[in-house]
Amino acid sequence: MNHWRAHRSGRRSRFFSSSASLAFLSALFTGLLLLFTQSGCKPSSGNAPGGDTIPVGEYTSLTGKEATYGISSHNATRMAVDEINSAGGVLGKQLRLICEDNQSKAGEAANAARKLISRDRVVALLGEVASSRTLEVAPIAQEAKIPLISPASTNPKVTEVGDYVFRVCFTDRFQGRVLADFALKTIKAKKLAILSDLKSDYSKGLAECFKERFVAKGGQIVAEPSYSGGDKDFKAQLTAIKGTEPDAILVPGYYTDVGLIVMQAKQLGIKVPLFGGDGWESPKLLSIGGAALEGHYFSTHYSMEVASPKIQSFVKHYQERYGEYPDALAALGYDSAYVLADAMKRAGTTESKALRDAIAATKDFETVTGKITIDAERNPQKPAVILTIKNGQFKLLETIQPD
Amino acid sequence: MAAFLQQLINGVSLGAIYALCALGYTMVYGVLQFINFAHGDVFMVGAFAGYYCAPLAAKLFQPQSALGAVMVLLTSMTVCAALGVLIEKLAYRPLRDHPKLTVLITAIGVSLFLEFAGQKFFQADPKPFPELLPHAQYNPMPNLVISSDQLIVMGVSVLLLAGLHFIVRHTKLGTAMRAVAFNPQAAALVGINLDRIISFTFALGSALAAAAGILYAMNYPAIDPLMGVMPGLKAFVAAVLGGIGNLPGAALGGLIIGVVETFVGGTAWSAYRDAIAFAILIVILLVKPAGLLGRTEVEKV
Repeated sequence: MNHWRAHRSGRRSRFFSSSASLAFLSALFTGLLLLFTQSGCKPSSGNAPGGDTIPVGEYTSLTGKEATYGISSHNATRMAVDEINSAGGVLGKQLRLICEDNQSKAGEAANAARKLISRDRVVALLGEVASSRTLEVAPIAQEAKIPLISPASTNPKVTEVGDYVFRVCFTDRFQGRVLADFALKTIKAKKLAILSDLKSDYSKGLAECFKERFVAKGGQIVAEPSYSGGDKDFKAQLTAIKGTEPDAILVPGYYTDVGLIVMQAKQLGIKVPLFGGDGWESPKLLSIGGAALEGHYFSTHYSMEVASPKIQSFVKHYQERYGEYPDALAALGYDSAYVLADAMKRAGTTESKALRDAIAATKDFETVTGKITIDAERNPQKPAVILTIKNGQFKLLETIQPD
Repeated sequence: MAAFLQQLINGVSLGAIYALCALGYTMVYGVLQFINFAHGDVFMVGAFAGYYCAPLAAKLFQPQSALGAVMVLLTSMTVCAALGVLIEKLAYRPLRDHPKLTVLITAIGVSLFLEFAGQKFFQADPKPFPELLPHAQYNPMPNLVISSDQLIVMGVSVLLLAGLHFIVRHTKLGTAMRAVAFNPQAAALVGINLDRIISFTFALGSALAAAAGILYAMNYPAIDPLMGVMPGLKAFVAAVLGGIGNLPGAALGGLIIGVVETFVGGTAWSAYRDAIAFAILIVILLVKPAGLLGRTEVEKV
């Protein structure tokens, strides 16, 4: 780093002579940044707040690491809103969905939510799959007393933030329990390794919930290394895990990382099954992990294979509109919009307290991912499914009901 | 023992990629004395060039054939060499007489530009990188598995390093590069075309970054527009660790970072693998401020 020293001693004044060009450059790049970051969401059509539409905010990850979640969930939310509108809207008005992209980045979700609340005056917030980012937004929604419904943030802490925060998916307490029972009964694993993402509240939370149940039922955790979401190389951790000879490996992560993990596990000659939670569910998992995924398992919210007419009609419409099969995140995004619209109808108003109470009173509401009854902790009681990967496809293995 | 060797192989194959990428930082530093922060993003463009070229290569040759893989590698290296030259011409050359800090900040701007333009044009979600060559695994001893990808990474890296060494030491252009690194004014006075040599340096460094990008994508087949950020940073650290401006130093630094990162990742401290890799940099710089092989020689490149 010799040039720093040379500059510091000899040519300090030249640093400052260029302040004008620096200012120009930074202005230019800020402009460019804004230009690019705005490009994710389509501009929302509609009227000014308070008109004959009801503004509903959605913050989601349309770009970045968890983009396929955000896009699935957003597409289905948009489809639900359009369906509700074409069926006459809610309270005689049309819903207007205003979407903000948070680029899968910490900090951006909070910005997006503040913008939606203060600029667009939304009456409710829908959003975010990733628990970390919903945890960012939840206190903001709680303080502004804007009801928030998360489609798919499973971390238990999310709804503990306050009485304006809801979700339409099961929590990781339930999912952890399901996975622990599955590991003990179906995989028959006694010794287990966990490889979790230390950057993600979802991953850490699910690992904790799993461990609680698994250890209480007599299982043993032999290794618990972690990685940082977005890493590409997992061979170091996997080699260490291999040395402890576990019966199975729990990978409670997101699909991009999981795809690379299963692949590298196979390359290192690890033959025991890997399994994880709903973070695995994405078509991208299959395209990244490829053949290495065969015979591994994960738990999630719904399966397209279930023959219920509600699911089949949703799958059909989604496929017609977007040309691909809806994953669990799409189903949950779809449900979140319907739960909100249903609550608005029952409340008869969009005033925040009445709307909150109506969401909290949701009972036996039929959705794609099952019958939703919101409990006292503002979580729904719902079944989970376990899928396995066979011949490059997700296959339904079992359905597990809540107790 | 097997576990130790396994981690060593994991570490060396990761480090070899850092090493290739670190060479670009160190070469540009050698001739221009500034850090080209856009280098990590050229690495990313290299991987994407490979991604788009691979189907074509599979059609021209057989899928997963060696010739196809070589074609993908060479195309991507050419694309990135051109990109490197273009970046230098448009962004850095007009600022050559300005303070180094201005150029440094421009480099950060170019880096952001490539990342966000990448998100715009390649989309932000990770893409599966096609398998250029069939996977194979070798079991030289129990509990030790070497994948063909790891061998390819090491082999290609050694070949490229040897090629670079030959160019820098035994060709006219290489001699001119070293002359420019040693003293640009004197080099210009003896008739060396500075612009041409600087363009050549960028082309060479960017081509190596492209090769590193392809190798990285073959080993970790999920590519996205921000994939160059961390490897770029680590390669930069590797270049500084080895002594910036010094070619063998960059290669050595890359290997050290890769191996250290892997060994730390295999312990209970796996959460701190990046932190420890960077902490080692700080310790080495405290003891040897010029880096491991830095500036004891007169020649820089």
